[in-house]
Amino acid sequence: MPREWVVAMKRVFADLHLQLNPKDTLSISRTVAKSASFGYHLIAVPLPVDFRAEEKEKLAKICNNVEVDFVSRVDLRAKSRDQLVSQLRKLRRKYEIICVSCDSKEIARQAAKDRRVDLLNFPSVDYKRRFLDRAEAELICSSLAAWEIDAKPLFLLEGPARIRFISTIRREVSVAKDFRIPIVLSSGITDDSLLRKPGEMAALAELLGLDEVTALEAVSTAPVSIVKRNREKLGSGFVAPGIEIIKEGNDC
Amino acid sequence: MKRSKRRYLLLQFDADGTLSQREFIDAVWGSITRLYGESGASSTNLSLINYNEERKSALIRISLNALQSVRASLALITRIADKKASVHVIRISGTIKSLEEKTKQ
Repeated sequence: MPREWVVAMKRVFADLHLQLNPKDTLSISRTVAKSASFGYHLIAVPLPVDFRAEEKEKLAKICNNVEVDFVSRVDLRAKSRDQLVSQLRKLRRKYEIICVSCDSKEIARQAAKDRRVDLLNFPSVDYKRRFLDRAEAELICSSLAAWEIDAKPLFLLEGPARIRFISTIRREVSVAKDFRIPIVLSSGITDDSLLRKPGEMAALAELLGLDEVTALEAVSTAPVSIVKRNREKLGSGFVAPGIEIIKEGNDC
Repeated sequence: MKRSKRRYLLLQFDADGTLSQREFIDAVWGSITRLYGESGASSTNLSLINYNEERKSALIRISLNALQSVRASLALITRIADKKASVHVIRISGTIKSLEEKTKQ
């Protein structure tokens, strides 16, 4: 079998939430190198809204050195629906991944129905501000967004706090399954000692109530398809999903 | 009675300083017990086959049915004997022989 086929068939693993300081290149290069050795092919670091394009390229270069694909991501924290819409309008074409931190019900609902949003993230341990109920799920399933779960609280919490976290996520996973919402499992780590291999992340996803196939998809197919779709859209020839300008000019 | 299927896991741990065999296996059992309770831990049929303090590696045997539970428990280890640590699964195999062959490759 040709080697390229084997590579093409290999599952691509992604971690879309490495919460690192984008200006601390030393920590980023250490974490990215570790991610590469663990088998990740795609990583994303949340960047500030005003992050310069040259600095973005610098990060991409660090990742390319260890054969990891860098994805630019921005986390939006809006105070009102209008502010969120305006941020989305301004930033959609600048970043490959847009994640909305749903700190209020108003923001959660708006983010769920907006097709420009890629990921929805809910506050990990503030259970009064987790808005993934059936109404929210119905809105998400009619848009393109996926639900992002951070694994970080699993590492940091202990005892009753971890029990409550697992039980809340399991309840929300069952709602997400009913509405077939794509689930993305990210690490959400701030320190490279908490980085885990994709297989271990999939095992944690199973602990959170996902079945074997969905658990693996949560660290591979689901995040990769979001990045692929957005890169296609951000490309210069994109017209509509499935329609692309291949050649322009008089000789067409 | 049919013998239950087993899996051998080659583990590698990162830790500040060295860890004794007792500290390591206590941390593994502790994590499984915290996550799945004593009943769940007993069904893993976990046993330590080999431990190498210098190479920071260990070989454990578990029941196949408990593979994902053990992997999740190992992933959640963040401290061993008050030292920052993490445990990673390097290889999984059905027999020690094939595990050694895979590791050599």
